[in-house]
Amino acid sequence: MLTPPRVLPAGDRALVVEYGATIDAQVNARVRGLAATLDATAPPGIIETVPTYRSLMVHYDPLRLAVSDLERILLAADAGLADEAVPARRTVEMPVVYGGEFGPDLADVAAHHGLSEDDVVAIHAATDYLIFMMGFMPGFPYLGGLSPRIATPRLSTPRAVVPAGSVGIAGHQTGIYPTDSPGGWRLIGRTPVRLFDTARTPPVLFEAGDYLRFIPVSARESAEIARRVASRAFAPVIRVESVHPS
Amino acid sequence: MLTTVQDLGRVGAQKYGVPESGAMDGLALRAANRLVGNADDAACLEMTLLGPELRFGAPVVLALTGADLGALVNGRPVARWQAVCVAAHTVLTCAGVRDGMRAYLAVHGGIDVTPVLGSRSTFTRSALGGFEGRALRAGDRIPVGAAPDPPRGPGRRLLRHAVPVYGHAHSLRVVMGPQDDAFTDEGIRTFLAETYTLSTQSDRIGCRLSGPRIAHRTGADIVSDGTTLGSVQVTGDGLPIVLMADRGTTGGYTKIATVTSVDVSRLAQASPGDRIRFVRIGLDEAQALLRGAHAWLDEIRQPGAEEADPAAIYDEDSGAALAAEGSLDLASALGARRAPSSRPART
Repeated sequence: MLTPPRVLPAGDRALVVEYGATIDAQVNARVRGLAATLDATAPPGIIETVPTYRSLMVHYDPLRLAVSDLERILLAADAGLADEAVPARRTVEMPVVYGGEFGPDLADVAAHHGLSEDDVVAIHAATDYLIFMMGFMPGFPYLGGLSPRIATPRLSTPRAVVPAGSVGIAGHQTGIYPTDSPGGWRLIGRTPVRLFDTARTPPVLFEAGDYLRFIPVSARESAEIARRVASRAFAPVIRVESVHPS
Repeated sequence: MLTTVQDLGRVGAQKYGVPESGAMDGLALRAANRLVGNADDAACLEMTLLGPELRFGAPVVLALTGADLGALVNGRPVARWQAVCVAAHTVLTCAGVRDGMRAYLAVHGGIDVTPVLGSRSTFTRSALGGFEGRALRAGDRIPVGAAPDPPRGPGRRLLRHAVPVYGHAHSLRVVMGPQDDAFTDEGIRTFLAETYTLSTQSDRIGCRLSGPRIAHRTGADIVSDGTTLGSVQVTGDGLPIVLMADRGTTGGYTKIATVTSVDVSRLAQASPGDRIRFVRIGLDEAQALLRGAHAWLDEIRQPGAEEADPAAIYDEDSGAALAAEGSLDLASALGARRAPSSRPART
């Protein structure tokens, strides 16, 4: 539920603009709207903003910008949000090889729900997932929209190494590991796409507010994409649709 | 011992989940840079507890700030918080920590590793930035930037009365919030009245504290939101963790308060076992402290002209390098060249 923003201190160099306490697409859209307004207007003294599920962290330089002035800027930006045009909806397509060596837990996820592996893949690949925020590790998207029909608890013993690109399920979340790391998510597939690359500007392929769509591909297609990724000749398909307020 | 390349941190990529990183003690890093005539945000070496052995491949002007690691140049004690000229092939060693936890070595021209996402800071967990994304080890050759301008003069120093002494008991001033309303009155009292101990499980991500448990109203979990340098997170076990330079950009635990910027620098110099207390202050007061810290940095003054070394040892040489040494065989290779002794500067 959308509540009037609360502006809270986070020490002497940051403020938090909090819109709610729950995971909610409307609340999240408000957070991202405020971030976009501040990015566009770039008030002097604001260092960077970090959108999360339900609040915006605003880092600022108190030697250049008084906190009272910053609060005024934030509340004015919030007040102007209702008049903002609804941004176009961007959906980034992520090719994924499901199952086999790429998704070692796909069979377990299917068994857990009494489904076939193909059912799990069809359900997982049938949704545009909203990226609520990024965090946890560089390039990691927090996605909303996993069907409860394939929600599955984490592994009881996490793996020491999960390969970069692994697509997993943990409870009601689904996500992609941007880099090799330890992890306890159930791995159902892997994308050959490099999610985080500091040689790119920006280093990520998607941001909070974008949608992700998983596209099943064969191991052969994935290998071909991997070759193009390696030679930096790959760009993901991005669908852009203008959204008209209903 | 952990030595990494750090600057003032990575700005603008937190929204992609990239931690800020940068110096744990940002004030000491700024001071080191000012002493050698660098920009405040030039990259330095952050040297933890034991410190490395370094050999300079070319003459440099350097400054050591932060912790007192008992640094020696060619076996002789070297002045801290002061610009010092050293000749090529000089060896810097550390005899052992005497005060604090992290020392900063600035060299005129800065440590010249390739910036990643706008910063030279090292984030080892993702092998990002710094020197090959990792801590330095024996045999590394660390590039020093070309120094187009001559240094502002050896002998430049922090006034003696302004040099910090860290000790082992730290009062950290905090601004309450953003989630102080998630704690009981008793929990807030515990946090502000009790003494905590810095745990050995502390690192660049966070300073873990042990001590009395802080009571939540309902629970420790929240829907994840942003973190900042100095956020005091209280997890389900009721113990505080102060989030530091390499913290995750977002977190799912209640944050009772935020350590003031100036006292984050102080905490960066605390060692395991040190006693920590939290003192509540207002936001206005916290920002006044920060302005005061910048005034403290301004106390770095050029000594009188008659004191300035004619930079005879200093020799313009781009492409200078320092090398981390795994052995001591070069330590006695050359006679020590000391910087001018300090006396109070005119103000």
